[in-house]
Amino acid sequence: MNDFFTSGVLVATAASAIRLATPYLLASLGETIGQRSGVLNLGVDGVMLLSAFFSYWTVLQTGNLWLAVVVALAVGVIMGVLYGIITVFFEATQGISGIGIFIFGLGFSDLMFRQQVGTPKPVQRLPNVDIPVLADIPYIGEPLFQRSLLTYLAFALVPLTFLLLNKTTFGLNIRSVGENPQAADSLGVSVERTRFAAILIGNTLAGLAGAALVLQLGIFQPNLTQGMGFIAVALVYFGAWRPLGVMGGALLYGLVNATVLQWKSLGIIPVSISDLAGMAPAIVTIGALILLARRVNAPAALTKPFSRH
Amino acid sequence: MRKKLRLISSLIAVLGVLALGATACGSDDSSGGGGGALTMAIVAPSASDDLAFSQSMVDSVNALDRDITVQVTDGTFIVEDAAAAIRGYAEDGVDVVIAHGTQFGASLAEIAPDFPDTTFVWGTATDTQGLDNVFAYAPAADEGGYVNGVVAAAISSTGIIGVVGPVEAGDAVSYINGFTTAAEAGGATVNVTYTGSFGDVALAAEAAEAHLANNADVLTGTAQMVVGAVGVASDAGVPWFGTQSNQTSLDPDLVVASQVYHWEFALEEMLELRDNGTKGGQTFEINLENGGLVIEFNDGFELSDDVKAAADAAIAGIIDGSIDTGA
Amino acid sequence: MINKLLGGLVPFLAALVAFAFGAIMLIALGANPFEGLEAIFDGAFGSGERLAATAVKATPLILVGAGITIAFRTNVVNIGGESQIIGGALLSTVVALGLPDLPAFLLVPLVIIAGAIGGGILGAIPGALKAYASVNEILSTIMLNLMMVQFMNYLLRGPLIDPYELEAGTRIPQTERLSDNAALPTIVEGTRFHLGVLIAVAAAIVAYIILWRTPVGFRLRAVGHSPKAAKAAGINVKRNITLALAISGSLAGIAGAILVFGSEGQRMVTDGSAAGFTSSAGFNGIVAALFGGLHPLWTVPSAFLFGALLTGATQLQRVLQVPSSLAVALNGIIVIFVISSSRVRTWLQTTLGNTNLFSKEEEEEEEEINSTTEVTT
Repeated sequence: MNDFFTSGVLVATAASAIRLATPYLLASLGETIGQRSGVLNLGVDGVMLLSAFFSYWTVLQTGNLWLAVVVALAVGVIMGVLYGIITVFFEATQGISGIGIFIFGLGFSDLMFRQQVGTPKPVQRLPNVDIPVLADIPYIGEPLFQRSLLTYLAFALVPLTFLLLNKTTFGLNIRSVGENPQAADSLGVSVERTRFAAILIGNTLAGLAGAALVLQLGIFQPNLTQGMGFIAVALVYFGAWRPLGVMGGALLYGLVNATVLQWKSLGIIPVSISDLAGMAPAIVTIGALILLARRVNAPAALTKPFSRH
Repeated sequence: MRKKLRLISSLIAVLGVLALGATACGSDDSSGGGGGALTMAIVAPSASDDLAFSQSMVDSVNALDRDITVQVTDGTFIVEDAAAAIRGYAEDGVDVVIAHGTQFGASLAEIAPDFPDTTFVWGTATDTQGLDNVFAYAPAADEGGYVNGVVAAAISSTGIIGVVGPVEAGDAVSYINGFTTAAEAGGATVNVTYTGSFGDVALAAEAAEAHLANNADVLTGTAQMVVGAVGVASDAGVPWFGTQSNQTSLDPDLVVASQVYHWEFALEEMLELRDNGTKGGQTFEINLENGGLVIEFNDGFELSDDVKAAADAAIAGIIDGSIDTGA
Repeated sequence: MINKLLGGLVPFLAALVAFAFGAIMLIALGANPFEGLEAIFDGAFGSGERLAATAVKATPLILVGAGITIAFRTNVVNIGGESQIIGGALLSTVVALGLPDLPAFLLVPLVIIAGAIGGGILGAIPGALKAYASVNEILSTIMLNLMMVQFMNYLLRGPLIDPYELEAGTRIPQTERLSDNAALPTIVEGTRFHLGVLIAVAAAIVAYIILWRTPVGFRLRAVGHSPKAAKAAGINVKRNITLALAISGSLAGIAGAILVFGSEGQRMVTDGSAAGFTSSAGFNGIVAALFGGLHPLWTVPSAFLFGALLTGATQLQRVLQVPSSLAVALNGIIVIFVISSSRVRTWLQTTLGNTNLFSKEEEEEEEEINSTTEVTT
């Protein structure tokens, strides 16, 4: 255990936690915005897989990381439009249509990978960018301020999402169509348009999450996400639909994972119980939620399609 | 009720389309059994080009020096789906069906007796479950692990080596045990992390990062998720040892050596036995001695003559039995 | 008339469009789409044996789906089917390992009950967490899915591993071959059609009876309809939420037991992932339940048809040599299109159909159903 409490290892664990948390945070923030407008999207994992593949493929073809991010955003937008049409205009059951998107993303990203790439080929990874001055702070400089631009963006989006939801008219509209669409409608807020916009933002962020994941790893494989998108949805509930809470959840989940891996490496967790230790992130997440005992109600109109008749 | 009826009717419609398509194209033409050439089929749990377990078999079958036609069903990590595919190939009259996954064995025990003329090839496994039309195969993965471990300990300057494994089971354990025995004999400390998943690339990458934070300066690992760990090794400029398939393509500068499974040596013998009327009932191990396991060094990574000699000595020692891999 | 015509035509067209996508993908892969369709159809229904395989494939979907309807009718979401299947399978495996010499007429019911208990526990946990600790069930069920995979891997490579595997050094993470006395008897000789299929159908009927013919079901539905009103009527809301997820989980747990004792291998084996054991039935069961209109009985044909798509997909890959992922993508497209088409149909019906064709009675029923499905999802 003493090996763990050395500055080098602690710093590395924190850095690992933040790397792991980045894709969750991006996807969860997007899901938060969608759910606040009353739309549950269980298809996050599928969107992440699609954007991860296409941004990986872009790097493979062009070597251009930023183009890859743009492609991931585009995939997010396309999937957002699709999911918007399905849920807002066709008023399809949200749970099942999300699962449909997930299944499609899982299959299609795999198919495209096999057809276009085949054997996993490494591509360049997203470089870490030091933030001047801050990066040199001992201990916290390395984990916090020597990260990739997408990680900075993910954390910058936390206050931005908060401001969007709580300080703008658009945010007010999102919350009102999520709580009481009938009332919002009678006040002249377009429920359809607001929800569509929220879905679009949510899916775009899920797309970005896929890019963050794959560009951090520099490689793609079928089912790269291994259900990360579902965990991202779970973290929205952990964070009680608040950006700061969602960030707390993503960091906690990442930190427990990183700590477990570090303890395995150090032999603090013996090989014989490595799988039991693998249960820790999920247990801690549920346990923390019980201890916090926040009784926050979900957006009242969550999962309820809106139709004006 | 109406709503339920409709949703069901939608599904019936789906199947209706299917039926229409099926009748539209009519007759049933079964594949396989084409004149002369031996027909073979591979059922593999992961992608056939995963640079790991599944690819090793596909490459090996393609390396066979025979007139064969090969069909592949890959990605059948669900045992029951694999069983359906195995049975399907046998029904189609394929001569040799390779069930490339230990976990398919139990299903094979049910299927093989129904098709006495078909040869089933199953691995990795160390016995044929008493079936006389099943050949079993297994790699002595600990042997290559041992050789890799000898080299790894020799090139490590911190004396700490990190290993990234999936679930503590199957040939991952024997590779890692062989590796650990040799590396520790060479004076190194070996840190082993089983991530708990064969597929989680992100977790494998972070497991490698954790090893680096603990001063490891050489890494190895096994199963298809290690591609993430190789990426971390690349970025850190740390040498990597591979297993199952040749992983040099993942980093031409830093992959030192890969233990490669050449199943074709076992397959050749099985096919010869089949030619002579023996449909199965024997077990084959590929190892360094029979050439089924090959340590493929990467010319792009320079090793000193001493280290090379140590590796060769280890190979020789394993073959003549003077070295115990400890697995 | 137009209504009825549209009612059948629109989902048919939706399916057609979905399959058109599939055909385009097949053509892009250089395969003949008609041969693809034939392969799917042949794989699912081509022979008695394949029909039986389809029924076996549908079995866990029926059970999970029937459980989903109970949970959703109580207004709780259960996406923990995967963990509940694993929980049921593990407990029933332990029972079979412990009592291998029990005669079949005792052991078979016992392993099924053990499965129900194992799954029930895994369902009751998120239920109780929701009811008594305000932990949202979506979060807890997703987390439990992750946990149970690791727990399964631990047990199967550790305490429960076949001793022979350790001896031989192969260390395959699987149990020893379980007692034949626990094997689900085959109903139709020469096929894989076993008792488990009938158990699943019976369970769906029981689920229906519980929901609509018993006071228990009345209370569950009351809680699902409006927790406030239910509470005012003296119903213990918390206990019923826990109960709903426990019943839902126990049905999935039975599916887990059937996956073990109805398998060709008669043992539990893991490839390290949940889907490797469950075939994702925990998720596909949700789709089956919703296609079945969240009605336990309709879940049976719905699961059967969905099972047909899944079995057909295996054949598709084998015959045409296209990646199996194509079938997965196609399944996703079908779900998306068919689920979207119900709105198009209503829209077409109201715009094209004359209003007086839409009788008042029907309209009311429509509304009632809409409102229930809205709360339940």
